[in-house]
Amino acid sequence: MALRLPERVPGLPVLALVLLLLPLFLGNEFHLDIATQIALIAATVVGLNLLVGYGGQVSLGHAAFFGMGAYASAILTGTYGWTSIPALVCGALLVALLAWTLGRPILRLKGHYLSMATLGMGIIIAIVINNEGWLTGGPDGLAVEPLTVMGAELSIFDHYSLLGLEVSGALLWYGLAALLLLLAVWIAQNLVDSPIGRALRAVHGSEVAARVVGVDTSHYKLLIFVISAVYASVMGSFYAHYTGFITPQVASFEHSIELITMVVLGGMASTYGVILGAVLLMLLPQLLTDFQDYEMMMFGLILMLTMIFMPKGLLPTLSEAVRRLRPRPASAPASGQE
Amino acid sequence: MVTKNRSVYRAVLLILVLICSMVVPVMAAEPIRIGAFVSATGPASFLGDPELKTLEMYVEKINAQGGVIGRPLRLIHYDDGGNANEARNFANRLLRSDRVDLIIGGSTTGTTMAAVPLVERAGRPMISMAGALVITEPVRPWVFKTPQSDRMAAERVLADMQSRGITGIGLISGTDGFGRSGREQTLAVAADFGIQVLADQTYGPQDTDMTAQLTRIRNTPGVEAVFNFGFGQGPAIVTRNYAHLGIELPFYQSHGVASDRFLDLAGSAAEGVRLPASALLVPDALPDDDPQKQVVQDYKAAYEARWNMPVSTFGGYAYDALMLAVAAIEAAGTSEPKAVRDALEQIQGHVGVTGTFNMSPDDHNGLAPESFRLLEVRDGQWVLVD
Amino acid sequence: MFAEFLQYLFSGVTIGATYAMVALGFTLVYNASHVINFAQGEFLMIGGMATVSLLAMGVPLPLAIAMAVALAAVLGVALHKLAIAPARKADVITLIIITIGASIFLRGLAQIIWGKEFHAMPSFSATESVNVMGAVMYTQSLWVLAVAGVLVLLLALFFTRTLMGKAILATSMNPGAARLMGIRTQFVLMLAFMLAAVLGAMAGIMVAPITLTAYDIGIMLGLKGFVAAAIGGMGSGVGAVVGGLLLGIAEAMTAGYISSDYKDAVAFLLILVILFFMPRGLFGARVAERV
Repeated sequence: MALRLPERVPGLPVLALVLLLLPLFLGNEFHLDIATQIALIAATVVGLNLLVGYGGQVSLGHAAFFGMGAYASAILTGTYGWTSIPALVCGALLVALLAWTLGRPILRLKGHYLSMATLGMGIIIAIVINNEGWLTGGPDGLAVEPLTVMGAELSIFDHYSLLGLEVSGALLWYGLAALLLLLAVWIAQNLVDSPIGRALRAVHGSEVAARVVGVDTSHYKLLIFVISAVYASVMGSFYAHYTGFITPQVASFEHSIELITMVVLGGMASTYGVILGAVLLMLLPQLLTDFQDYEMMMFGLILMLTMIFMPKGLLPTLSEAVRRLRPRPASAPASGQE
Repeated sequence: MVTKNRSVYRAVLLILVLICSMVVPVMAAEPIRIGAFVSATGPASFLGDPELKTLEMYVEKINAQGGVIGRPLRLIHYDDGGNANEARNFANRLLRSDRVDLIIGGSTTGTTMAAVPLVERAGRPMISMAGALVITEPVRPWVFKTPQSDRMAAERVLADMQSRGITGIGLISGTDGFGRSGREQTLAVAADFGIQVLADQTYGPQDTDMTAQLTRIRNTPGVEAVFNFGFGQGPAIVTRNYAHLGIELPFYQSHGVASDRFLDLAGSAAEGVRLPASALLVPDALPDDDPQKQVVQDYKAAYEARWNMPVSTFGGYAYDALMLAVAAIEAAGTSEPKAVRDALEQIQGHVGVTGTFNMSPDDHNGLAPESFRLLEVRDGQWVLVD
Repeated sequence: MFAEFLQYLFSGVTIGATYAMVALGFTLVYNASHVINFAQGEFLMIGGMATVSLLAMGVPLPLAIAMAVALAAVLGVALHKLAIAPARKADVITLIIITIGASIFLRGLAQIIWGKEFHAMPSFSATESVNVMGAVMYTQSLWVLAVAGVLVLLLALFFTRTLMGKAILATSMNPGAARLMGIRTQFVLMLAFMLAAVLGAMAGIMVAPITLTAYDIGIMLGLKGFVAAAIGGMGSGVGAVVGGLLLGIAEAMTAGYISSDYKDAVAFLLILVILFFMPRGLFGARVAERV
């Protein structure tokens, strides 16, 4: 298992450049809209990857954290008239508290019990959101107010003047989502390179060995679980404001599975890989529309074949292939390979 | 390397051919672009599947007859799988990428409402095929819908109960959008008919056994009839459980089961079930002077001949949506969105499968409660009661 | 009062026996490979849908069941041979995602072949219901219980009395050592997938006359089966059976006595309670971890 980032190139500036240039290649507002959503989901998945790729734990309920953030923002700004940021923070605190309460006893245990616990918790939250229609609007969904920061409203439908330029709200939203993604990646990379990250890598290698040398494994795992849950909650809040309408599906088990699939598909423990996973999985439904009745079958087939032939995920497999193509003898040691 | 170059040439050639094939028809009569997003798969495929089949079939038919105002129709459709966010994205794609003149969809209230802000903003008429009252009340300038509201269905059932002297009922409903919204409407208007809802039970859309809920309703004192508000296979299972438990109280279903498929699934258990439904299920029982008779008979015959499966009420919603769109475009003489919207609002006496539509600036549904007929299942057949 | 309780119990035990069969399928594959096979629910669907379509072609019921089960067994083997075996060196989580892909693929395929409609299957016995002390029971429930009982018994005999069964157990306990002892672990894994598919298909067929069947019925039943396996402590056969029954009964009782809105939540609440207080599940293995 490759534990170190496979990229030798400075990833963050490259990502920033790609995000900056992307709008020039997008044909219309629809493409921009999809790109904005992908950026928000990718940021969520970068957070989830901290848990899966570095913490070695699987969450089958991350969409519930995402959904809690989304609904907290929708309800607090819509029904109770809060402004966006306090609502977002309130949602994130709630999620952090829940993740901590759930994770503390579970993560003391060895093994994959967190996946079962998050599965149970995730579905319970989805059921509550679905049932408590007086608060959440029930299965038919809930309209969400536009993002409001310091009295200024950011709506995809309006136009704004920025440094003397007329800019559409949609483009501004894209810029915000891109910034959030960059920030998410930056924080994630700093975490990975911090003592926490090193301790986690030790845990991933051999938990028992890590414990023997005095690493308080459950403490670090709990910390990373809470952080990744907060990632999801914050992105959920932005996502709700952006799309303007949410249904219980954002918190559903299927959505959780989708998020975890993005991580594995793109490449566990590879921050840029999981972003690629998010891009691919978000685009597939749009790309497969021509198959009509065969869409579902094609989706399953693509997912299956990718994982069979690229079990390490897209980016790690691709970058390995690129490395092999280079004529130079292996100068970089195959670090972390089992 | 040679093979690689050749494949590049082939790809370029293919792209050129594709571009040409897209450009050429534009030079002929510019087609009217009708966009549709329906839930053709997923938990609401009960609705979306017949809707899509109907749209495809009638767009073909209309084009074979020379199109509308001399222009062919071009149907661009996507399957949202019942997922509201997918619906929003597909609606956006229809508006921004495909640049459609008009949208038909979505199949459910959730998918419709997710698309509403975008549609309102883009200024394209949208005709929804979902039931809830919130879609057209309050009236939104660009949003119309073809099915009767769930409140009308509840009122129709409650009125029939009242006429039978029933004062206390048990309600059972699905926890999906259709059932939830129907339950709320029933609870809201029951008192107007002097009826008390004494038991209020629910079941999940994927549930496989509802005997526990029905047992509880049966054991609630004062219950004189049971009303099931739900769609999909759930109500069929409820009906089977109902017969299995031997409950003898009058049993009502909503229009969510108004399809011959329900009779197949529920079998003999459906005997005596009453429900509000459009005339589509009983085309031959309608009196000859009923204006809907011809429309309904034709649609049923055409659908069943083409797809070799029983017609359903939901396909009828799509038929009406398409025909309303066609009527409005014809009246406006153009596909220009604003003109089509205004024409839609002016439609009067348009006889459809679901009912006769009388639109107005205050009513973007245009159906009267009488468009619901009250049916009963007798000897495995739908019988017109009222 | 008692009749009411009995009614809930009947309904709970019937669906619980179905969950138990699905849970056993999860357990078999989990033991052999630590993979949670998310395609397990699809075998239920394939069993039910294949039987319905064969019946519609005029095939007599016993033959239709045999053919549907055989089809599921072949698909189970194919799932292992084509999807799991080629990626056997991958992470467990990767294998799990492969099974998710497989389940979507199978569902998509079924939707094309059999369409999206729900189908009813006639009850196996002529009389549909019997009255027991004031409560009504589907005769089909008796079929479900009998078949589940026989299958559980057969599995128990298989694991304790046959060499093949012992080989599977050995592989699940220590694959490395098993391989050294000359057990072909890949063959064992294939067998586990096949047995799981057969169990799923039988559950799907038996319960179809009560629940109706369609291309997407495997999602919910599969998930509940997984929950049952988790309650029982992933990997324990007895646990899977008890977990399934417990889950079915808990659901029916909650719907009957507490709230039908939250009856589905009970299953998942049960998981949390068990994780908090007896983390290895009711019957989880108590093994020391290898370093």
